[in-house]
Amino acid sequence: MSARTSSFRAFETILAKDLRVELRTLQSVPAMVLFAVTTFVLFRFGLDRDALSGSLAAGVLLATVLFAAILAINRLFVAERDEGGFDAIRLAPVDGTALLAAKTAALVVYLLLLEAIALPVFAIFFLDSWAGLAPLAGILALTDLGLAATGVLVSAIAANSSARDLLVPLVLLPLLVPVMIAAGGAAELLLANGGPSYDGIAKWLGVLALYDVVFLLVGYAVYDFLLED
Amino acid sequence: MAETAAVQRESGRADPPAPQAAIALAHLWRDFGDRTALRDLTLELRVGETLAVLGPNGAGKTTLLRVLATLLRPTAGEVSVLGCALPREAWKARGRIGYLGHEPLCYRDLTCAENLRFQARLHGLEEEEVGERIARLLDRVGMLRWAGELVRNLSAGMVQRLAVCRAVLHEPELLLLDEPHSHLDPEAAALVEPLIGPAPDRTRVVVTHQIEAGLAEGDRVLALRAGGAIAYEGVTSGLSAGDARAIYGGAP
Repeated sequence: MSARTSSFRAFETILAKDLRVELRTLQSVPAMVLFAVTTFVLFRFGLDRDALSGSLAAGVLLATVLFAAILAINRLFVAERDEGGFDAIRLAPVDGTALLAAKTAALVVYLLLLEAIALPVFAIFFLDSWAGLAPLAGILALTDLGLAATGVLVSAIAANSSARDLLVPLVLLPLLVPVMIAAGGAAELLLANGGPSYDGIAKWLGVLALYDVVFLLVGYAVYDFLLED
Repeated sequence: MAETAAVQRESGRADPPAPQAAIALAHLWRDFGDRTALRDLTLELRVGETLAVLGPNGAGKTTLLRVLATLLRPTAGEVSVLGCALPREAWKARGRIGYLGHEPLCYRDLTCAENLRFQARLHGLEEEEVGERIARLLDRVGMLRWAGELVRNLSAGMVQRLAVCRAVLHEPELLLLDEPHSHLDPEAAALVEPLIGPAPDRTRVVVTHQIEAGLAEGDRVLALRAGGAIAYEGVTSGLSAGDARAIYGGAP
């Protein structure tokens, strides 16, 4: 029992716990969905436009997803902080990065669930053509990974702060500027007036993928230190 | 208390071969910013012994337990737990330690059984034996019929009984117990005693405010003054209940 528990087993145990608790309490995903749908309604009437395209459409979609993500990121470590989960996990012979990976995966799942509902609503409210939706879902998946990799790090840093709700957006939003620029660039092409365009999209995909890899590696490198007192 | 007692050391108790030290501290300090919580602690606890830790609030008892549990890094000094030097080899000691602190370390939105299964999986217990072990433990503390109940719906005493199960689930070599009977009525305290009480081959560090009980069940005692300095460290017979009370009163 002194041997270290396999990282994969620890990862799936923590992820399953998080998903079970979310399914039972519905604390994050419903709030994210409600926020996104409400925001789309506000944009629909605020902009007074029947349809959006290009950079405006991309901006509305990505800004909404980003701020909805912050709702979940704020709550990501609440149970670990308030109910002793950090200690419980650190007392077990598991690699700290299993917690990082599990929280990242949980956040990606929340974001995918959000987008499974929010993207069709966005399309109904704002798009004349749904042709770019499938590739847009792929862009959003890459964006989700970047949001999650960065969000988990910031959430862990802020977890023990009483100013968590202030700290998370304050630190997270500047870090997410590159991923938003890249996702916006790609989404703008896919939501272009007259149908999706793929010219130059590879560049944005490359930036998104690079961002995801860099922040996943940064998390892997520093996470054990974040868990220490 | 006599000055000589302040740093009393037990000597000649065990002839060779001496049992291996379960815990060895050498000049341990732990600071929180400008505040010192533990001040130059040196002690040794052998395998199978119980160390009772006494002291007033703010004496650093919980901090000591958290350092031993690998949850806090020492600021200075050497700490060895189960032969592992902390913090460098903390990962080797984790999983061999059972920690029962002020917080139950159980998720409120999981059931009792789910919490224990979560812990069992993190500790790498075999899947085949986990269910039976959880049922057996919950039965021993009178919680079996609450196995499917969410922790948030339980009373503080029930949660404490669950926390005891969590702490011993992986059959640790060293138990670190911070006021283990808090929230427990006498009947519940009696139920958990076989799991965390004194027993041959069970190494324990017990923080308690029950002076007589601590002195009765400990092989050694560590009394800390407010501010984390040692008032007494040695065999329990070297410290009377009256002297221990004087430490709580702030007497030198």
